[in-house]
Parts: sequence; structure tokens; C-alpha cells
Amino acid sequence: MLEIKCPYCGKRSQNEFSYGGDATVKRPTLGEEISTEDWDNFVYFRDNPRGKHTELWHHVSGCRQWFKASRDTATHEIFDTCKMNEALNE
Amino acid sequence: MQKYSVFSLVKNAFTNHQDWEVAWKDPEPKKEYDVIIIGGGGHGLATAYYLAKEHGITNVAILEKGWIGGGNVGRNTTILRSNYMFDSNANFYEFGMKLWETLSQELNYNVMYSPRGIINLAHSDAQMNAYARRGNSMRLNGIDAILLSRDEIKQMIPFADFSETCRFPIHGGLMQPRGGTARHDAVAWGYARQADSMGVDIIQNCEVTGFDVNNGKIEGVQTSRGSIKTKKVGLCVAGSTTLLADMLNMRLPIEAHVLQACVSEPVKPLLHQVVTFGAGHFYCSQSDKGEMVMGGDLDGYNSYAQRGNMPMIQHVLTGGLAVFPNFSRLKMLRTWGGIMDMSMDGSPIIDKTHIDGVYLNCGWCYGGFKATPSSGWVFAHTIAQDKVHELNSDFNLERFHTGKIIDEKGVGPKPWIG
Repeated sequence: MLEIKCPYCGKRSQNEFSYGGDATVKRPTLGEEISTEDWDNFVYFRDNPRGKHTELWHHVSGCRQWFKASRDTATHEIFDTCKMNEALNE
Repeated sequence: MQKYSVFSLVKNAFTNHQDWEVAWKDPEPKKEYDVIIIGGGGHGLATAYYLAKEHGITNVAILEKGWIGGGNVGRNTTILRSNYMFDSNANFYEFGMKLWETLSQELNYNVMYSPRGIINLAHSDAQMNAYARRGNSMRLNGIDAILLSRDEIKQMIPFADFSETCRFPIHGGLMQPRGGTARHDAVAWGYARQADSMGVDIIQNCEVTGFDVNNGKIEGVQTSRGSIKTKKVGLCVAGSTTLLADMLNMRLPIEAHVLQACVSEPVKPLLHQVVTFGAGHFYCSQSDKGEMVMGGDLDGYNSYAQRGNMPMIQHVLTGGLAVFPNFSRLKMLRTWGGIMDMSMDGSPIIDKTHIDGVYLNCGWCYGGFKATPSSGWVFAHTIAQDKVHELNSDFNLERFHTGKIIDEKGVGPKPWIG
């Protein structure tokens, strides 16, 4: 069982959260010239690291806020979590 | 190679089974091979076997980081089926089903192929319509499919919850009678033994640490047991695909996720088919030993750990008890996890790459086991001929740029939701 620290509510059990995927993926800026390759990379291609992974979580059964987390994909250790407009402690 | 038969069994009984030949050798890596297959799982072993058998290429090495059959081919729930709607999937998996039917004879190794039928349960009129459509698509592609009524299913699995008040009443289902199971370890061992007998070197405890690429052409691989020259390399490493692709500067539409499965204590024969209860994220079959083999969804976050977490086991078994309430008294024997190479459209990638002589076989999501023979067969063709076969021409890497994706489930590029 993961224990995830919601930046708003504190440490809660994994059961309260749902996953939102890789947080480093950036949607191409609208209104700018965008190549199809940029779109493909945004939609389909991922770094998929073994180790530290920056990802999104949603406290869906709690405060319903989205937030960022830094977690190890091999050990499941969670290093840090923060609000969406903050930076993770790297 | 020693042929396995009832006579060889009797003969060896007289010598207390001390004189059996080894099933495959343990060679030192040579300096150079015509083809190197990375990954000694089902797909890698099958690829080497078909390279030797179909294409006469026997100067082949399989490099395996751990021991053969220790990854997903030893961790799956052994289901065989070809109940797909899209032509690309249907033709590919049906080709595999035909290979499964004669695999034990071909390999002279009992893979315990058991076409006991696979039933997908439906719980609404809309789902019955969708299943009728999928069944018709299957039959148009020459695959067997039967739409079952509630009463027909009740005859097959009378112990399921058929009450009117349950959360997901069983309306009917779709059955592929030729679907079933096979003994997963035997598949790996059978392919290994035959490949070895034709001259393939199976090299275990040999981790690939780098690639020698020159002018866009592969020249060799670096391993924990020295460097080995080769002109062609095939990647069959499932959950570790990204780790190798990173060494080749290849970014892939793949995420690694952990999928768990579990078995109960063995009980007397009860469940004679494979049953999937999609609404409850649960499926089950009974092994020949009598254990209920159960599985469900991904844990739901990127993971390279070959072990999972309790919440998903609990979730899967909660769904299981909803459809089979009598399972509540079963004791659990064990749970385990494996790393899935989840592709972004749910379909595999079997293709050439931007590097001359490097071939890619990945993206099997949770459906790799049933594809073992067909994947090996088409990948061997792709490597030997340096071009994709008709059967895997749609499973290309280019589709993530052209948009011609094969999204059988239609869930979008979020593998943890599928």
C-alpha cells in the first residue's frame, strides 16, 4: 500500500487517489506553429524511466485536487509531492 | 536430441531418471553471431526457434539477463484466444491459434494446450449488441464465436451469481470455444529445447549493457559477459524495452506498468472454461492442478517493480466474489506481478527500426502469452528477410505518426485506464 502525501490534506492511503500519468508531458502551445511530430510526441511518446518519475495524482476521494509527485518506479518510494504550481524538491 | 515419448519415459524409469540428456546446453558466448536475440522469454525463444526452423539461420544467440522463462512467460495467466474485432489483430492472433493447436507435436514437448473455451460475460443489452458485433467480425475472419444466452451460461457455470438483484446481472456472453489455456513454462522450455537442438546458443545470466552502432548500422552488443559481434539484433524484452531503447536513442510509445495475478489453493474441478467478468475487472480459469488462476487490471501507475500492491488484489477479488460468491471460502496460495510493456494504443509493435539491423518486438500490454508462437514466427520472418510480414505490417512504429493506430479497446493513450 502506497502512502501518498496530498499537499492539501497530508498523508493518506493510496485508496483515496487516482493516477494521472507522466507530469513532464507538455501540451504544445496553441496558436503557435506546431509540427505533427510535436503532437505525436505529446500524445504517444514517453520517457518511461526506471527510477525517479515525475507524475500526476488526483486526490479523487478526498479534496479532489490534482498535484505532482516524484516517485521511484522501481522501488515505489515517494520522494516529494507538491501543488501543481509549485516545483518538486529534486 | 533425445525424443520424448512414453517409451523414453519407461526406458529412463529403469535408470531412476538419472540419464536424461540436458534439455538445453549452457554455452559460453561466441565472438560473433549472425543474429542476436535479446530476451530469453517466450517471444525470444520462439523467434530463435523459427529463425532456425523456417529460415535456416542457426548461428543465433539468445542473451538473457536472468534465466529463461523467468519473466512474463512465467508470470502470466496462460490464456489463449483470438477474439479480436480488428482485422490486424484477428488475423495475427488467429494465425497463432493455429500454431498452438499443433505446438506440442511440433516441439515434441507437452505444452498442455487445452482449448476449453473462453467466455466474456455481458451485463446489458448494449453489451450484448457489442458482443454480437464482435462475434460477427470474428466469424467474418474465420474465427469461431458463439453468442450465449443467460440460460446457456447458467448451464456452463451454474455456481455464478444468477440472482436478479446482483449489481451486474448476467445477460449473456460471447464465447470463443477454441480459446483456452496452455502450460506457460512448458512453452518456454519446449521452444528452448528445440532451438538449442538446432544450434541456437541460449546464454543465461548475460545482461546487455550497450550497443555498437556505426553509421546507422548495428555491429555488435556489449554484455556483462563481453562484447559480441553481430549484424542483426532482435529486441524481445517486454517490460524492459525502454531501458534498451534508451541505449539506442529510441523514444517509444511505451510505458511500463505492473500487472498482478494470483492463484487459490487447489480444489476439485469446478470451472471448465476461462471466464472474464470485465465489469468487475476480473477473469479466472482453473489450472490442471486445480488452482483458480485469477487476474484483473494493472496496479495503475508506472512501475518497473515485479511485484504489486494489495489494493489492486483486493479490488480484483472483490469483483471475483461478485460473480462467483462461492470463491469466498477459497484460501489464496500466492500473488505475483510482472512488468507490462504497455503501448499507447494497446497493440504490439513488431517492426524494423531507424538503425539498420535492429528489430523491435514490444508493446504486448497484457496479451503477450497467447501471441508467443505467432510473434516468434513473424519476428523471425522480419529479421531473416529484413522486411515485415503481411501479418505484422500493421503493427509498425510508424502508426503513432500516421494515426493508423490499432486501438481495439478505444481507451486512448492512457494505459493505466485500459
